[in-house]
Amino acid sequence: MRRYILRRLGFALVSLFLLSVTIFFFVRVTGDPAVLLTEPGASQADLDAIRQQFGLDQPLWVQYGSFLAHLLRGDFGQSFYYRTDVLELYLSRLPASLLLAAVAMAFSLVIGLPTGIVAAVRVNGWWDSAGKIFALLGLSMPSFWVGLLMILFFSVYLGWLPSSGSGTPLHVLMPAFALGWYFAAAHMRLTRSSMLEVLGSEYVKLARLKGLPEALVIAKHAFKNALIPVLTLAGINLVLMVNVAVVVETVFAWPGVGRLLYEGIAFRDFPVVQATVLLGGVMIVTVNLVVDVLYAMIDPRIRYE
Amino acid sequence: MSLLLDVRGLSTHYVSARGTRVTRAVDQVSFALGEGETLGIVGESGSGKTTLALSLLRLLPPAARIVAGEVRFEGDDLLRKPAAQMRRIRGKRIAMILQDPMASLNPLFTIGDQVAEPIRVHEGASRGSAWVRARELLRAVRIAAPELRVREYPHQMSGGMRQRIVGAIAISCEPRLLIADEPTTSLDVTIQAQYLNLLRDLQRARHLAMIFITHNLGIVAKMCDRVAVMYAGRMVEAGPIRKIFNAPAHPYTKALLESIPRLGDGRERLIAIDGQPPDPANPPAGCPFHPRCPRVLDRCRQEAPPEVAVGEGQTARCWLAGDRR
Amino acid sequence: MTGSRAAGLTLAWRFAAFRSEGFPLLPTLILLTLALVAIFANAIAPYNPEVGVLGERFRPPAWQAGGSAEHVLGTDHLGRDVLSRLIFGARVSMVVGFTAVIVAGLLGTVLGILSGYLGGWVDQVIMRITDTWLALPALTFAIFLAAIVGPSEMNIVIILAAVYWTRYARVIRGEVLSLKERDFVRLAIVAGCDKRTIMRRHILPNVLNSAIVLATLMLGVVIVTEASLSFLGVGVPPPKPAWGLMLADGKKGLMAGYWWLTVLPGCCIVLMVLAANLLGDWLRVKLDPQLRQL
Repeated sequence: MRRYILRRLGFALVSLFLLSVTIFFFVRVTGDPAVLLTEPGASQADLDAIRQQFGLDQPLWVQYGSFLAHLLRGDFGQSFYYRTDVLELYLSRLPASLLLAAVAMAFSLVIGLPTGIVAAVRVNGWWDSAGKIFALLGLSMPSFWVGLLMILFFSVYLGWLPSSGSGTPLHVLMPAFALGWYFAAAHMRLTRSSMLEVLGSEYVKLARLKGLPEALVIAKHAFKNALIPVLTLAGINLVLMVNVAVVVETVFAWPGVGRLLYEGIAFRDFPVVQATVLLGGVMIVTVNLVVDVLYAMIDPRIRYE
Repeated sequence: MSLLLDVRGLSTHYVSARGTRVTRAVDQVSFALGEGETLGIVGESGSGKTTLALSLLRLLPPAARIVAGEVRFEGDDLLRKPAAQMRRIRGKRIAMILQDPMASLNPLFTIGDQVAEPIRVHEGASRGSAWVRARELLRAVRIAAPELRVREYPHQMSGGMRQRIVGAIAISCEPRLLIADEPTTSLDVTIQAQYLNLLRDLQRARHLAMIFITHNLGIVAKMCDRVAVMYAGRMVEAGPIRKIFNAPAHPYTKALLESIPRLGDGRERLIAIDGQPPDPANPPAGCPFHPRCPRVLDRCRQEAPPEVAVGEGQTARCWLAGDRR
Repeated sequence: MTGSRAAGLTLAWRFAAFRSEGFPLLPTLILLTLALVAIFANAIAPYNPEVGVLGERFRPPAWQAGGSAEHVLGTDHLGRDVLSRLIFGARVSMVVGFTAVIVAGLLGTVLGILSGYLGGWVDQVIMRITDTWLALPALTFAIFLAAIVGPSEMNIVIILAAVYWTRYARVIRGEVLSLKERDFVRLAIVAGCDKRTIMRRHILPNVLNSAIVLATLMLGVVIVTEASLSFLGVGVPPPKPAWGLMLADGKKGLMAGYWWLTVLPGCCIVLMVLAANLLGDWLRVKLDPQLRQL
């Protein structure tokens, strides 16, 4: 078990390294870093000064070295707009995004898991057909459009829910729903197909042959096995949610890191953009690692690889 | 010897999703089994052997339906029992072993848990006593160090061990009848003989009746008292093993026996049966074997032969068989 | 050679599949209609989508009070005709969507084949890049790139292709790895074919199925991403009518109840994505049941 964890940790570190290289590459090589790293509206003199400061005339690998050194020290640059340390800014916005993602994930699982299980157990029945339609719609409707529709309906027409900002539990309902909608459909689909596969497996057949009550067969033998791929996906999706919430947070003016990214591009605040993307990637790699370890704890086969 | 299992006219059909194609997977099958007897069911893939077994236990996939017949087990017709009662019979009075032992065991639970489970469900035993029984059962199927094994997981065992564990699960509640569906097909040849001996010893010790499904006539010869031959869902011949092997009444049985190569018989080429097994959804008219039969008559092409008696305890479905008497 | 026979079988099978039952007629018709609308936009659209009459701002659709037959689907905040913008928006979505999917597909398939078949350091390099890029969510990555190179229709296509080729590469590589073990490839090696020929004549036709299925499924995703980018202002730049952009503009009128500026463009997006997804699902089942995990 320990060896497994160490191996996964190693992979994660390599990924993080490559991530930093990728970000660095795109900024320094494909764009004009001087322009990007300066405030909008800078003069030629300012640009030259920036070039000096960041050592942009030095060989690439030297630049990368200093870039990495800054990152490891936690220095992700300064925001032009907010005039504060970008890392601080990011961390201050992160809790809001995590809250949104958590509620959205809860929503998606509460809807997705039972629907998927029932659809599989009563395959081809009424519930299954309704579920298929729901899944199709969920996967085809952009989350931000769902959000806009909800605002139209619940804020403009009905006046029940606030259309922007945060602060009360009412504020989180619509954005979480909009964000979770797509994932509910994805989770439902995966639960259904995973459950179907498990229900058709030999060990479920044997469980029935043993004369076990159907409820026990489903709850004990089928459920745990079927859940494995779904939970893996859910774990990865949680972090994905934090990152793709950009549009939903923008629609609802929710003060998370997604909105921060939007502000970064709206105000041409490049350090913010760069840091958000980089930190998002870091989060994903970390969570993948955690999910892999948890996976090993549930499924004994993995530990002995 | 009283009749443990008496099957009459069992027919199971598969209906395609649109209700258009009907496949007669099991067609008018009748046979009987006494206590402690072993019946072998032989046939090629697609002949309906597994469907027959699953029909007895009423564990068919949703597309299949038992359309006719009686399955009398210990006097009661299983086909008329309510689902709850049927469930109590499965695993407790009738047990079944499947072909692939790796797939049969749930990878997430320990061996002990899976062996103890039917005991706990059927007999209401406590966890402690069920696990004690589980260890005894593992010993009975000749697994060494059962105290260690109960805590391990299926993927840590070899194929032969897994199949024994499946066997232990099967006998855990002292059933009267054991159905074994190709239990040795996925085992190494060297392990097969060991496993078959184990099954036979278990059978003798517990006075178990067995239905042994296989495509291997050699195993049938070794293990079974009686044998039934299936072709295209029909039971084309059945009877005591000596009689069938020495004087097969049905041309298919004869061809099967002849195709087994024997050392020293002077043959240079393997004898195979001409043609292909029929498409179960579209069987030939009349007798399903007629396109491949070396002794086909005109009548065979039009009418399916009924079951006729051919000597003591032997039956066959062949127009020629009736005439032989 | 067996390889090309396999390719021939695949082609024939693909053709036969199209004529069999279960074919998603409606989605395909929808996509074809959208394509036709996109091609003939100039002829179909009643007005110039980029020019508006300020006196005609925020007109509701014809069936509502205040609407008129002149602007069947109403006008936006600059007085531009919604119907015309939707029609030209179809062109933008189709062009951007299809081009991005095709370019990503070509790039991803080629790299996937090279990576899977050649193995070694080529494989390692390509796979490391793929894994890293896959760790970044597509939307975030696209926003990042757009922030660097600036938004324009051309740039968006390049960015989308750059972000999504990794999905193809991963899947295709997996297929190639299992194809490598198949007998007809081994036969070709034994027969002395060089690597390039094998990749071209044996591997490529057999992965085409997956590539096509993946492309159809990706179309929906790409369109939604493009809409998201346009919505955020880093996609197709104004005054070009992209549906995502229309949604961004529509938000301005949302609180005032100007629903048609939000509902209508969104419906178009959903329609196109739904059609693409249905077609992709059907293709996936028909062309290769083993691709269930896509």
